Amino acid sequence: MSPGFTRAEVCTAAVADVFRGDGEVLASAFGTVPAIALRLAKLTFEPDLLMTDGVAFLRADVPSIDGDSEGEAVVEGWLPFRSVFDLLWSGRRHVVMVASQLDRHGNHNFACIGDHRKPRAQLLGMRGAPGNTINHPTSYWVPSHSPKVFVEKVDVVSGVGYDRAAALGERSARFHEIRKVVSNLGVFDFATSDRTLRLVSVHPGVAIDEVVANTGFELVVEGDVPETRAPTHAELELIRKRLDPAGSREKEVKV
Amino acid sequence: MDKRTTAAAAVAELRDGMTVGIGGWGSRRKPMALVREILRSELSDLTLVSYGGPDVGLLCAAGKVRKLIYGFVSLDSIPLEPHFRAARQTGAIEAAELDEGMLQWGLYAAALRLPFLPTRAGLGTDVLSINPDLRLVRSPYADGEELVAMPAIHLDAALVHMNRADARGNAQFLGPDPYFDDLFCMAAKRRFLSCEKIVETADLLKGGSVHTLKINRSLVDGVIETPNGAHFTECPPDYGRDEAFQREYAAAAKDPEAWATFRERYVDLPNEEAYQEAVRSR
Repeated sequence: MSPGFTRAEVCTAAVADVFRGDGEVLASAFGTVPAIALRLAKLTFEPDLLMTDGVAFLRADVPSIDGDSEGEAVVEGWLPFRSVFDLLWSGRRHVVMVASQLDRHGNHNFACIGDHRKPRAQLLGMRGAPGNTINHPTSYWVPSHSPKVFVEKVDVVSGVGYDRAAALGERSARFHEIRKVVSNLGVFDFATSDRTLRLVSVHPGVAIDEVVANTGFELVVEGDVPETRAPTHAELELIRKRLDPAGSREKEVKV
Repeated sequence: MDKRTTAAAAVAELRDGMTVGIGGWGSRRKPMALVREILRSELSDLTLVSYGGPDVGLLCAAGKVRKLIYGFVSLDSIPLEPHFRAARQTGAIEAAELDEGMLQWGLYAAALRLPFLPTRAGLGTDVLSINPDLRLVRSPYADGEELVAMPAIHLDAALVHMNRADARGNAQFLGPDPYFDDLFCMAAKRRFLSCEKIVETADLLKGGSVHTLKINRSLVDGVIETPNGAHFTECPPDYGRDEAFQREYAAAAKDPEAWATFRERYVDLPNEEAYQEAVRSR
């Protein structure tokens, strides 16, 4: 029997959940599923989140990911890039970034693959990852969970992991926090004694063995791992009718 | 003082090996007419400082760049800049890759004539190993916190594009974001500003509120009127990005033949007028 929701929709609710409890901070989300998820969180359990339109305006209303509004666009503030930097260095932000590579300590790479001096594949570059990860909470989104993404060692560290944060000392790393990692297979955190990647839940229809086999290092799996929650009926209505009517989420997520 | 000049005269002031800062952000409000003038010149061996877009891609593809100081290079609607990628993947350029905020800090330090500005950004990442000259600094106060000492990025020249300016160099952005164009100007010895339209000083406020007058004339040495001069990047509200042209540009990175065709059609032209005509008639 079909469960009545797709994997992409489970992922969307799971990414929305990373914003629980954030309150009045700027929520930034890169990738299709995170963009839907942030809007879903704002429309349901985290109405105080701040959100930009991707240009320079803070939006009080919640348009679809394609920019369509139900009513008139409501601008509640101006946030050019310069103010984004100020705001993120002040800590009032939670970002969800895509990881091209992630290791067990949460060291992140989306800069390039291979030797940085002459990379096999130049990707995004450092962008804001160094400043983000040392200044405010960060979560990661991985649409295609594989040993190529979850690697023993990342080629370049663009986002700070827990081992490197520990090496910096408590004072320098006091704002560092990796909240959650959500992939197409499950939800993860770093809530172990040595701060390494731990399986929090597996998505409906995914076996724990499948997650382990697709992770390029020893994943911490403790006790009975629950299933990731299903999206509610109300959430599905919002995702399908209001936030992503074109169904872009299904193209991003590997099943 | 009337600072009106031409793109050719401005670029004639540049020299091989100079450090040139380029304003805008990604594929947004880039001084492309000035970039095109550099492409037509004999200049080489440049160090570019940029929140990079097709300015960086074009200059890399034309072999003008020795070193790049940047946080990213992107075409926005096409996330990865293919010509920049090719330059990186062949090892053709030296890459001083920074966090986006560190780049701002370096320009700001230069603007304020400070040797460095402290920041937490970069700690614990490979920004420090990629840029081995970066140093840490310890707070002299009771907290004793260790921070990155982001050094001033001094520019020999800055190139920026604005919506409006007067002949003396007072300039106005009418789009949603000033980006860091004022800092590029403040960090540079010579400052060249292109604009969509030169207007009378008294008419500047007819186009937008006083908050849009981000660059005053003390920050500018030369003003160049270049209608459609940010093409194919966006320059709202005057025009949006030419997405079709950008796709054509990106596709030209696929092989040397495609680039040669693009170059013949849009780069190896006598002047900006010929470029604009080629764009109009395609």
